[in-house]
Amino acid sequence: MRPQRATSTFTRTPYLLVAPLTVVLMVFFGIPLALVVVVSFFDLDKFDIIPTFVLTNYSELFGSSLTYTLYAKTITYALIVWAITLVIGFTVSYFLVFHVRSVLWQMALFLLCTVPFWTSNVIRMISWIPFLGRHGLFNQSLIALGVTDHPLEFLLFSNFSVVIAYVHLFSLFMIVPIFNSMARIDRAVIEAAVDGGASRARVITDIVIPLSKTGIALGSIFVIALVMGDFFVVKVMSGGQSSSVVAAMSNEIAILQYPPAAANAVCLLIIVMLMVAAIIRLVDVRRELSGERQA
Amino acid sequence: MTARSSNGRPWTFYALAAFFTLFVLFLYGPMSAIFILSFQGPTGGLTFPMNGVSLHWFKALVVQQRSGDFVGSFSRSIVLAIIVLAITVVVSIMAGLAFRYRFRGATAVFYMAIASLIMPGLLLGLGVGLMFQFAHVSPAWFSSALGAQLTWTLPFGLLIMFAVFSRFNRAYEEAARDLGASPWQTLWLVVLPILLPGIIGVALFGFTLSYDEFPRTLIPIGSRNTLPLEIWAMTTDVTSPALYALGTLTTAVSFVVIAVALTSIAVIQRRRARRQRRAREA
Repeated sequence: MRPQRATSTFTRTPYLLVAPLTVVLMVFFGIPLALVVVVSFFDLDKFDIIPTFVLTNYSELFGSSLTYTLYAKTITYALIVWAITLVIGFTVSYFLVFHVRSVLWQMALFLLCTVPFWTSNVIRMISWIPFLGRHGLFNQSLIALGVTDHPLEFLLFSNFSVVIAYVHLFSLFMIVPIFNSMARIDRAVIEAAVDGGASRARVITDIVIPLSKTGIALGSIFVIALVMGDFFVVKVMSGGQSSSVVAAMSNEIAILQYPPAAANAVCLLIIVMLMVAAIIRLVDVRRELSGERQA
Repeated sequence: MTARSSNGRPWTFYALAAFFTLFVLFLYGPMSAIFILSFQGPTGGLTFPMNGVSLHWFKALVVQQRSGDFVGSFSRSIVLAIIVLAITVVVSIMAGLAFRYRFRGATAVFYMAIASLIMPGLLLGLGVGLMFQFAHVSPAWFSSALGAQLTWTLPFGLLIMFAVFSRFNRAYEEAARDLGASPWQTLWLVVLPILLPGIIGVALFGFTLSYDEFPRTLIPIGSRNTLPLEIWAMTTDVTSPALYALGTLTTAVSFVVIAVALTSIAVIQRRRARRQRRAREA
């Protein structure tokens, strides 16, 4: 399957081809990442960064009880959103792959799910405000239906609206990878299981879930990283009543407190990396990502 | 399986179809609310009911400049998105071709792309901002913000190229070579035309991900905003339906871009199917 390798065993071609990608990522990802780590050890005098080596940023970070509250809150959001998007992603993909018979319909419905992904996140987020507010559509319908006689207050600017907005923005990241791995499952395997007397539930637990686990793992990585790195949803949708690690960091950045923000960033990155590493340990996602066919 | 209803669909089909419908309503419902509200009358507010129907808030965007630099930020966003699109397409195709070979460092480059993709956007922006600060270069939308956006669009482009190449049949390439085509001819006349629908997909991602990007762009943008940053500023201090009008406009632009991309993919596929059919008949 490999392309011809001329006569010599060494070819420069792949190195030249991958060079632009490598250079851009090194300059705009590698160096900035290294700088964040370096600056996290710098000292701060009012608003000036002083290049030394101090651990005060970290000791202040770990010394504040607020830090632990924020991390706990952020991780809780991530886990709740992960669980909900996983159920949605699995159910929607399962429906599209195994219940929609025509390929044309399958593609059309899949596109219907993906179109919002190509539009603005900020706009999609604020679109919940007129919907969930005191006089919003949802409350008006509830009152019209007689479910309640006064508008529900907890719908907007609460943990509830934060989670709703996260699920709305990020469920696509779960659907697409799960759909991709489910679509590759060989139908003959399922037919064989059904012929052998397997129930629908057993087909799901013993065939569909194991064979779509790379998609599940990939979607989980995306969703967890996105929620852990969010600051704008929690700021706007909680109405300032809740916060997250990056939201707190963005406040520090706004008043030019770069070194403490950088220390916070390094801690967050380590936690996200540990979570991603745990997922990758369970499931080898590289094969899925690099497009190699599953056995 | 079991328990089929009269027309042959299992009951689970209806349960799942209902779930899917609810999900689609969940995806599109709130968005449609702001599209409707952007046509509020001049005295209307941020929520229902509608006080008349007008284009007042759309005019307010362009005419009064009360909501910041709309025209400037919009044109900057479009130009930036086109630059990002061009770079993303070229660099992703090259990288996609590279990964068909086995080369040293492939795994490292791959994981760097993934790390770059899942890096929290604001942190990346912070890093890029620091880099420009230390280098004493003032950040601008066409330098630091462009670079920050590429760390997000290039990994996506690479992943799409992987998917595209995994479905590519090498036989066409080998046939071209056997017929005496040079490597360049093979690439230009055979490989790229076959991959065109996937490449349009990469272009669509490059454009829309840049056009709507905001967490990574926020810090390294410099003094002139892009449209998403303008919108972000508005969410905190504009309390008129002008915000929704802007939302409707920017979503309309996205929809046009999506429609153009998907239509051209569909046209290419159909033309290809027709040609194949004709070839088979001949």
